[in-house]
Amino acid sequence: MADATAWLHPLPGATRLSFCGDEAAQDAAAAALGLPSSAMPCRAVSVGGRASLWLGPEERLLLAPLNERAQLLASLEAGLAGHAHSLVDISQRQLAFELRGPNASLLLNAQCPLDLALEAFPVDMCTRTVYAKSEIVLWRTAADRFHVEVWRSFSDYVLTLLHAVARELSARP
Amino acid sequence: MLLIHCPYCGPRPELEFSYGGEAHIARPSPPESVSADDWVAFLYLRANRRGLQAERWRHVRGCARFFNALRDTTTDQFLATYRCGEPRPDGGGSASP
Repeated sequence: MADATAWLHPLPGATRLSFCGDEAAQDAAAAALGLPSSAMPCRAVSVGGRASLWLGPEERLLLAPLNERAQLLASLEAGLAGHAHSLVDISQRQLAFELRGPNASLLLNAQCPLDLALEAFPVDMCTRTVYAKSEIVLWRTAADRFHVEVWRSFSDYVLTLLHAVARELSARP
Repeated sequence: MLLIHCPYCGPRPELEFSYGGEAHIARPSPPESVSADDWVAFLYLRANRRGLQAERWRHVRGCARFFNALRDTTTDQFLATYRCGEPRPDGGGSASP
């Protein structure tokens, strides 16, 4: 952790939608977003700036750039007509940052009990989990890169802990 | 840390789970024709077994789904986990969800 500023990158504000629905509704939502439909557990699919994260068998977290919100909602509304579903705008509920570097999984594992080895948690795997006592959504976007979503009011707690862990890592001989 | 096998997500740390009480408690129906004693049994009376017990668990910090588990209450060993609606894998107890 030679460069203390390089490992943590706040991500810009995004459109975040919490989507619940059965398989037909999931396919319709994926088509409306322009994403391939996938029902594989704990995996994210992303194209361009848009992503659909599997959080549960009927739950997805949809991510898109902030300025695509209106267009996205319109196409989802059209595509999901006739499908029973729930779609909630949670853009302001949480914020995101990215952890980068060879120590990224070490930083997370200080407070997150998941096995983050590349074999157990491959690229594009995503899941809701815990960081210490806070709920987070973790998405591995590359071997040494994690996208972390955290509720706004818990972000200070999570970031303070991450910085504390980073300090300890950098103090290692 | 104890790993619990979520039927949707696979083996995950126990911190992500919450306990949901005894499984396979069938709700008497229709409620208006159920005797007070039967309603009390449905609401409050649990076997609290020492040994193998079918329990509801929820992967609350993961996929947020409820599922059922066979757990030995003396050793805390999970023998099996299975989705709600599926019968108890060891054939014990009643098969209602």
